Amino acid sequence: MPEPEPFEPLESYGEEGRAIASTGAGGASDLATAEAETLEKNLGGPEGAGPDKKARSLWSDAWHDLRRNPVFIISGLVILFLVIISIWPQLIASGDPLDCDLSKAQEGSQPGHPFGFNGQGCDVYTRTVYGARTSVTVGVLATVGVAILGGILGGLAGFFGGAWDGFLSRITDVFFAIPVVLGGLVLLSVVTSSTVWPVIGFMVLLGWPQLSRIARGSVITAKQNDYVQAARALGASNSRMLLRHITPNAIAPVIVVATIALGTYISLEATLSYLGVGLKPPTVSWGIDISSASQYIRNAPHMLLWPAGALAITVLAFIMLGDAVRDALDPKLR
Amino acid sequence: MGRYVIRRLLQMIPVFFGATLLIFLMVNVMGDPIAGLCGDRQCDPATAAQLEKEFGLDKPLWQQYLTYMGNVFTGDFGTAFNGQPVTELMASAFPVTIRLTIVAIFFEILIGISLGVVTGLKRGRPVDTTVLLLTLVVLSVPTFVTGLLIQLLLGVKWGWIKPAVSPEAPFSELIVPGLVLASVSLAYVTRLTRTSIAENKRADYVRTAVAKGLPRRRVISRHLLRNSLIPVVTFIGADIGALMGGAIVTERIFNIHGVGYQLYQGIVRQNTQTVVGFVTILVLIFLLANLLVDLLYAVLDPRIRYA
Amino acid sequence: MLLEVRDLHVEFHTRDGVAKAVNGVDYSVNAGETLAVLGESGSGKSVTAQAVMGILDIPPGKITQGEILFQGQDLLKLKEEERRKIRGAKMAMVFQDALSSLNPVVSVGDQLGEMFQVHKGMSRKDSRAKAVELMDRVRIPAAKERVGQYPHQFSGGMRQRIMIAMALALEPELIIADEPTTALDVTVQAQVMDLLAELQRELNMGLILITHDLGVVADVADKIAVMYAGRIVERAPVHEIYKAPAHPYTKGLLESIPRLDQKGQELYAIKGLPPNLLAIPPGCAFNPRCPLARDRCRTDVPPLYDVTESPVKRASACHFWKECLHG
Repeated sequence: MPEPEPFEPLESYGEEGRAIASTGAGGASDLATAEAETLEKNLGGPEGAGPDKKARSLWSDAWHDLRRNPVFIISGLVILFLVIISIWPQLIASGDPLDCDLSKAQEGSQPGHPFGFNGQGCDVYTRTVYGARTSVTVGVLATVGVAILGGILGGLAGFFGGAWDGFLSRITDVFFAIPVVLGGLVLLSVVTSSTVWPVIGFMVLLGWPQLSRIARGSVITAKQNDYVQAARALGASNSRMLLRHITPNAIAPVIVVATIALGTYISLEATLSYLGVGLKPPTVSWGIDISSASQYIRNAPHMLLWPAGALAITVLAFIMLGDAVRDALDPKLR
Repeated sequence: MGRYVIRRLLQMIPVFFGATLLIFLMVNVMGDPIAGLCGDRQCDPATAAQLEKEFGLDKPLWQQYLTYMGNVFTGDFGTAFNGQPVTELMASAFPVTIRLTIVAIFFEILIGISLGVVTGLKRGRPVDTTVLLLTLVVLSVPTFVTGLLIQLLLGVKWGWIKPAVSPEAPFSELIVPGLVLASVSLAYVTRLTRTSIAENKRADYVRTAVAKGLPRRRVISRHLLRNSLIPVVTFIGADIGALMGGAIVTERIFNIHGVGYQLYQGIVRQNTQTVVGFVTILVLIFLLANLLVDLLYAVLDPRIRYA
Repeated sequence: MLLEVRDLHVEFHTRDGVAKAVNGVDYSVNAGETLAVLGESGSGKSVTAQAVMGILDIPPGKITQGEILFQGQDLLKLKEEERRKIRGAKMAMVFQDALSSLNPVVSVGDQLGEMFQVHKGMSRKDSRAKAVELMDRVRIPAAKERVGQYPHQFSGGMRQRIMIAMALALEPELIIADEPTTALDVTVQAQVMDLLAELQRELNMGLILITHDLGVVADVADKIAVMYAGRIVERAPVHEIYKAPAHPYTKGLLESIPRLDQKGQELYAIKGLPPNLLAIPPGCAFNPRCPLARDRCRTDVPPLYDVTESPVKRASACHFWKECLHG
């Protein structure tokens, strides 16, 4: 008996599986990618009420949910606090992170120095506070770079399709095939600059394919919405379609993944420092402090625990923020 | 099915050459390949020039790449810094890292999937919240910190394991390092399984299975799990390549002489042949693992199989 | 009486409050009889059916009151394991969307055979033979060759036949069909409906047909229960209702069917929106949309009045049913 109805969702199903399957070597933020796929799928929702109405109600619904979500409030406050002390560390730390006294090396907690001293006799509390600036800067700038580069390249590929899309997909495949930490070791091993720029540049270079894949999928989903098709039928120009109809609906998964990725970039900076290719002194960063403390871990674990704890809380805050936003935006989980 | 596999295979080829070319370029940025060859001493100009000619380094980069790939296809991966052929290093390093990866994958499947199923079924209950928090902690602490702390506690303070793995690296010594290597992926697998189960739990076909009067166990194992695990299994498959490439940190902590260790040595000694050779194999493993995932995907999902 | 639902109440606890989905439903079905349950989405018709089947999601759902008597036994008093044995074997359900209601990664043969394996303890091989038999019975061509195929390889009509085969597998006493033809092409709808009705006659099963399509009802149903906002607003034999509805809502439904003899006239539409189950209007739930509504309707909840005027029994939940019936 002939089957008159083709099975429609087949191709999209396959592609989606690919996307999840191939995120492996992306390292740090695979999960975000995999989970964003669902969000992407669900946001393409059944009711295409109208471009503005839909986008606005999506975000205002999400905001309505978020304001009541303790996870969002707590992680938001933690991030706000981090940003403030990154700008004005002297608000809560009066000392100088580079003012060290070797005679006090590895000493524990004492009055005025609650976290004790590190291997060079610097105050761990002051260095932990000042380290926030570097870590947050690296995280934010790398994320912004990755989101802009990946978002634009992936978005355009999804919108225009064709040869450019095919080419870009292969390029992202190539980048996914190279383990991130390994790429960092190779590229950063020759860097002598002690600024944050080489590390940020490396993260953007190896990180953009992840976001581009998300943006691509998300634009393709948005493009299939009825009202976008309608706008096209009414003769809207490409730029108008992209700016007014597609971007507002396609940007949610990109923002979610970028937020979670931000945390993982901070973590990656520390890992690179541990491998000796990350940031270099006299820059003050959690990564540098954790990796130098790792040599003394058996005798003076406090030197490692404080900066590592600060880093973990920061990463956690960004992951939870991204999680909360994703849940709020995902109509299926309501 | 056949066409599907062939298409995937064809897509792999440009990715393989692209990735190896990319790493080749990166390594060339890395530094002077000659410097590493004279050991720790500075090469004198005459020797350097001669070596350059010998290795074809005076030729343009694309020619060097082609020559190198040509050699690779005949099994010649060049020479490591200590004069050993790179292939010999590989023969000693890869089995160790493969064992480590097997341990890690085992934990991902055993712990990750079980936790994911339990939390997905009990979404919103205390078990779910607890496990979810744990996964968040694992995700937010960098692997090397987790590794160092576990090594400190289990190896140094409590003496349950040897802090460093012996050069032979038998399975028994790789359990804890394997767990450390798996930790982040394990948290992903848990969360992915949880999301997938929670989403499929409300699927119409699960409702049908209940309406058919199937026992709960059967509804879960036969209908819910089979569908929910498709994305998880594909994730784990793809993770094989990522774990082997990411083992560098774990191997450094536990002093395991595997792929990561050799690569690290290669980079520190600026030995391009070692680095490019190892990465080429890693890329190949990554691609093959992905092909495996594609096949697995088709096996698990008839909608792909009969495309 | 095969099935009797008495004063059933179901609530859903949501983030925004308690949604009262079913608010005191009574209906009954005899063996060999077809009851059509009619209503808009959100009227509680599917929730009632799910409560009868025992497949409500609890939580968020909760049965707060009522009885569901199946062959004289109150299902709500049974243990889950006892109910499970009834499900599929003595009462079965046909769902609306066969594509999503069938498991995409299990072959149709296995999904059909599973019924025999679980309820009858048959071997895989025997149950496979039974599956082929069932597929033949619902007239799927080349059943033997297709038994190993997967749902996506069948057409929509064929998939719905498989759903029906699955429901019929153990020859249950009661079938609940929840909009069984809504997702199908118009041409296929009639075939599937005919098949269902034919098998029902053959096996003398009770059938509860949930639908919002009055056209389907007229052909196959014996009696009708019209639901609105979780209540039955009218109950009557099928022909009586078509002749003269005794509730303004039923009247509205009937008048909104396009008819050839009224070609060119504007089609009637019930004004307003279906009620919000989180805040059902006081008095008669239909009052904001009712053309006959007056003050009393906004304060007093109308009971299900006995409106029998001819030998056949019927009921309507409208204070002004007389006006409706004769006006």
